[in-house]
Amino acid sequence: MRAMFFTQAVDDALAQAMSDDPRIIVFGEDTPLLRRNLLVRFGPKRVRGTPISESAFLGAGVAAAMAGLRPVVDLYMVDFLGVCMDALLNHAAKVKAFSGGKWTAPVVVRAPCGGGYGDGGQHEQSLWGWLAHIPGLTVVVPSTPADAGGLMLTALQHDGPVIFLEHKLLSETWLEFLGSGGRRTVKYDVPAEGAKGAVPQKWEPIPFGKAVLRRAGRDVTIASLGVSVHRALEAAQTLEKEGISVGVLDLRTVSPLDNAAVCEAVEQTGRLLVVDEDYEGFGLSGELSAVVLEAGKSFKYARVCTQTTIPYARHLEDQVLPNKQRICASIRQLMQKC
Amino acid sequence: MLRSRLFEEAIAKLWGDGLISGEMHLGTGEEAIIAGVVAHLREGDAMALDHRGSAALLMRGVDPVLILRELLGHSDGLGGGLGGHMHLLFKEYLAASSGIVGAEGPMAAGFALSAQYLHPGSIAVAFFGEGAMNQGMLMESMNLAAAWNLPVVFVCKDDGWSITTPSETVTGGDLNERARGLGVPAVRVDGREVSEVWEASRSAIERARSGQGPTFLHVRCVHLEGHFLGFQLIRVVRHPLREMPEIAVPLTRSFLRTGGAALGERLTGLKSVFAAVLSTLRDPRRDSANDPLRRVRPNLLPDPVRLKELEDEAEKEINKALATALGEVPS
Repeated sequence: MRAMFFTQAVDDALAQAMSDDPRIIVFGEDTPLLRRNLLVRFGPKRVRGTPISESAFLGAGVAAAMAGLRPVVDLYMVDFLGVCMDALLNHAAKVKAFSGGKWTAPVVVRAPCGGGYGDGGQHEQSLWGWLAHIPGLTVVVPSTPADAGGLMLTALQHDGPVIFLEHKLLSETWLEFLGSGGRRTVKYDVPAEGAKGAVPQKWEPIPFGKAVLRRAGRDVTIASLGVSVHRALEAAQTLEKEGISVGVLDLRTVSPLDNAAVCEAVEQTGRLLVVDEDYEGFGLSGELSAVVLEAGKSFKYARVCTQTTIPYARHLEDQVLPNKQRICASIRQLMQKC
Repeated sequence: MLRSRLFEEAIAKLWGDGLISGEMHLGTGEEAIIAGVVAHLREGDAMALDHRGSAALLMRGVDPVLILRELLGHSDGLGGGLGGHMHLLFKEYLAASSGIVGAEGPMAAGFALSAQYLHPGSIAVAFFGEGAMNQGMLMESMNLAAAWNLPVVFVCKDDGWSITTPSETVTGGDLNERARGLGVPAVRVDGREVSEVWEASRSAIERARSGQGPTFLHVRCVHLEGHFLGFQLIRVVRHPLREMPEIAVPLTRSFLRTGGAALGERLTGLKSVFAAVLSTLRDPRRDSANDPLRRVRPNLLPDPVRLKELEDEAEKEINKALATALGEVPS
């Protein structure tokens, strides 16, 4: 086993796939600088920079995928999808249906997401629920380097559009680029297990729609993803000392969602807490409650999510994003409900 | 301009000390552009600002303490500590910033539309970089402004860099021709010379006020700190021993890995990485002739007493604002 940082793992899996499949090309704003390690191995024809024209280059990525390439489109941040959503919403997601299942757009959109480093509400959103809402889009949110690499390999082999989201607190390069900028005077709450970890010698694909149980528990099931998985694990450790046994299920992909794993876990504990850094209303947390209700389960439910625009001020931001204290408080309340 | 420079240098220090989180985009080097335009604004005029809007707000008259308190994340800051430096809003001056590149275009068009109906004679200014010129919504806004004869002055602060990519490598055609093609008259201005900007923007703003429609000002400048503070390539040049290994080691490993392009392609890739670093070495920001403050100062030298008075006044004001914002003196 090798150990890798989060984005290093994604790039390594991408490089392995690029080496095997000449149809994979990578482009985006500042990509020659940000993916310079890929540039010097695969050359400027396969790793190229774009103008700040998201509608054009993402739209072009979708069509290039329809015509035989396998583009990986680098977007600076998932927030900036606001500029070019049409390419995903009305095109990438629709090709398969409109062609009667005969045509697809195997494009991978790679974008940093998430907050916790004080960049403000236009640059720290999660938005995976918003994306997964659209039929035809696959949405991946890994929480460890090993998952990130394996899921990237799957994304590159998938026959439809995939949005691959890398949380900036886990990504050594994005956090350096956007958060610290070479400073040693700032500190962020980076979950160590998510930022660096063991990865396989050779990357193997990890199937979409398969959640993984990070921790078994008898009393409460936490369903989560991304950085929040690590916050949930911290909370579970604390609650263990109080005699509350908490399981943590890492969903890994928002769409497809592993309904079976969620229902099975909730069946055993009878309590579901969703910890989701994305917005609370009309999103993943509500979806999970519907999934379990539709399966006919009786359970107690709560959620810890982001409810407002993410504040710039670090101390306010820490309160708004899911944190250990909020998770613990929510679980203690769940345990009291009869 | 000097107030703005000192103000932003104070911000850079706070950022370096870790008191400001996240990214920090300064406008040092573009002071002549902002000053030359903002000097003509009056009540009822609007400003659509980009992610480096602090200088424009300061020059428009916003209390520097409010901006600093915002950047420090306090509830008594300009936006209650909720916005941060890329999202500064000030309703009284119809001034709104955005961290989304190109968003200044539609915003200025909308401010101008409102002015047409509610305050004829008022205008809107959009400040953005040349990287934003490749953003669809900005080009669409220029067309809209031309079609609706909106009182907008589009100010393109061209420093040659689209974030960290040289703009010439990702831009087709000529920006002034592009504006003209959309029906917006274009004027090329040296953004290092405040008097030139002042003259050009006076004409453009008068034109807009008198109902003759939008103008595009293409103003060249040099951002003294690059796209944002802590930009890696600038760090490599300033602290090569500390920064170089972090880039060079993985780069070399990847270059040597089996699988991938032929040697020629790899070398082309490697050359472009070197070119990026070298372009930072040859950087025009190292040439003091590109600093608008240094260029304008000699004009005031004939009256050294007045010059010193002005400089002392600016320094005193910013130092006081900083001390107040940090809670070192009562506000």
